[in-house]
Amino acid sequence: MTVRRGEVFGLLGPNGAGKTTTVEILEGYRARTDGEVSVLGHDPARRSIELRRQIGIVLQSGGIYSHITPREALAHWASFYPAPRDVEEVLDLAGLREAADVRSRKLSGGQLRRLDFALALVGDPELIFLDEPTTGFDPEARRAAWETVRSLRELGKTILLTTHYLDEAQELADRVAIVKDGRVLAIGPPRELGVGGAAGAERYRVVYRRDGEGELIELETGDPTALLAELTTRALAEGWRLQELSVGRPSLEDVYLELTADG
Amino acid sequence: MAETLLLGWRQYRLERKMFWRNPSAAFFNFLLPLLFLAAGGAILSGSQHDLNRLVPSIAGMSVMSTTFTALAYNTVFLRERGVLKRIRGTPMPTLSYFAGVAANAVTNTVIQIAIVIVAGRVFFGIGWPHQWLSLVVFVLAGVISLSALGVAFAHVIPNFESTAAYVNAAFLPVVFVSFYVFDSSSAPGFLRTIAEALPLKPLIAGLSGAMVTGSGLAHNLDELAVIALWGVFGIYLAVRGFSWERSGA
Repeated sequence: MTVRRGEVFGLLGPNGAGKTTTVEILEGYRARTDGEVSVLGHDPARRSIELRRQIGIVLQSGGIYSHITPREALAHWASFYPAPRDVEEVLDLAGLREAADVRSRKLSGGQLRRLDFALALVGDPELIFLDEPTTGFDPEARRAAWETVRSLRELGKTILLTTHYLDEAQELADRVAIVKDGRVLAIGPPRELGVGGAAGAERYRVVYRRDGEGELIELETGDPTALLAELTTRALAEGWRLQELSVGRPSLEDVYLELTADG
Repeated sequence: MAETLLLGWRQYRLERKMFWRNPSAAFFNFLLPLLFLAAGGAILSGSQHDLNRLVPSIAGMSVMSTTFTALAYNTVFLRERGVLKRIRGTPMPTLSYFAGVAANAVTNTVIQIAIVIVAGRVFFGIGWPHQWLSLVVFVLAGVISLSALGVAFAHVIPNFESTAAYVNAAFLPVVFVSFYVFDSSSAPGFLRTIAEALPLKPLIAGLSGAMVTGSGLAHNLDELAVIALWGVFGIYLAVRGFSWERSGA
């Protein structure tokens, strides 16, 4: 598995799939038991300061000192890095302007999460790890976080994102890997994963409704040309129409559920 | 190296700022020994002999509460909250971080000892310390040893909710046994043995020599050796078992 510079890469999988373990090995928190790992040309297990200067980490459950404000925390964190971003700019980017001078024990859950983002960004890292960055967010906060991720990609940053939200992977990731039990089951751009998928063959989903009858009919095929020809021929011959016809590829969700199903 | 020092200094500044913003920590680590001193001083005000024993005892207790208690609390809190893990993911050098944290504890200890010395001079009829060198050496040895033991002790505390119970279960018996044995010449032999083997009683004895009786370093080498042994033991355990993150998280 390789993550390219400048892309948003999503690690997608059910709880316990090994997403956080993978990310923690890359971040240098855990030792790998086997295999080879390289992060920006460094072995993360060595925990070199040069590497840590180039990465930003948003932990799943990272705390912050209770008695300092976001502005103070960011100023302190910025001092760890050789070329940090401007603290005021990061406050704006993370949406913390209004909470900038509130002691962190009085911040809301959403504001704390934004502070997580801000602390990971203040060092102006090349590579950013986001471990389930929007878990527990309300829809508005999620949108805001997504905007932040998009703006980071526009700045040319590389982002490794773990999530168990399919829509998040679909919205943000250039490529995703679906993992389960520590194995990569499929890898590729989210919109193309449905095509090849694990099955290997192209699959399409055809949905339509016969007029006059209530139910949506859903068919799957590897050969949509033949199926559509057959359907239209029958419809014309029998005098009914295909309503709400759509031809689609299986969604990321279909692929995901199929791949991660037990057994 | 310059950068390591600079970052250590920044961490120290942050620790100082946070210390004064946290009233309950400031109270327990700081005011409590001084309240003991005031209350003890009021009760024992009739007897200079008793006051001479009270003041170094409180000084020893101050060293323990500003280092052992404070660091055990802090380490558990920061570990359980995920602050340590977050710091570990940054380029902040481990050495700078711990230098800043330790310097913060030392500052508290120095302020406390200074207050106790001034109070001893002004209110309790004890002059200025007689043996400054001995005073500095014993405070320093106590700080290093009890800081390390505090961090090491944090390893056995499973979660933040139980910190107070664990810390008090260690702190209070040590304080009581040490105070009692230091004060009473009729303490039972086994209790005396225990107290002599723990770090606080030797610390109080050394401080008493420096502050009250004028017996210098040369007369308290055994006491210093006990504290140093605890220090070696504490540093070994503190480093060996150190955990940056909550277990099972």
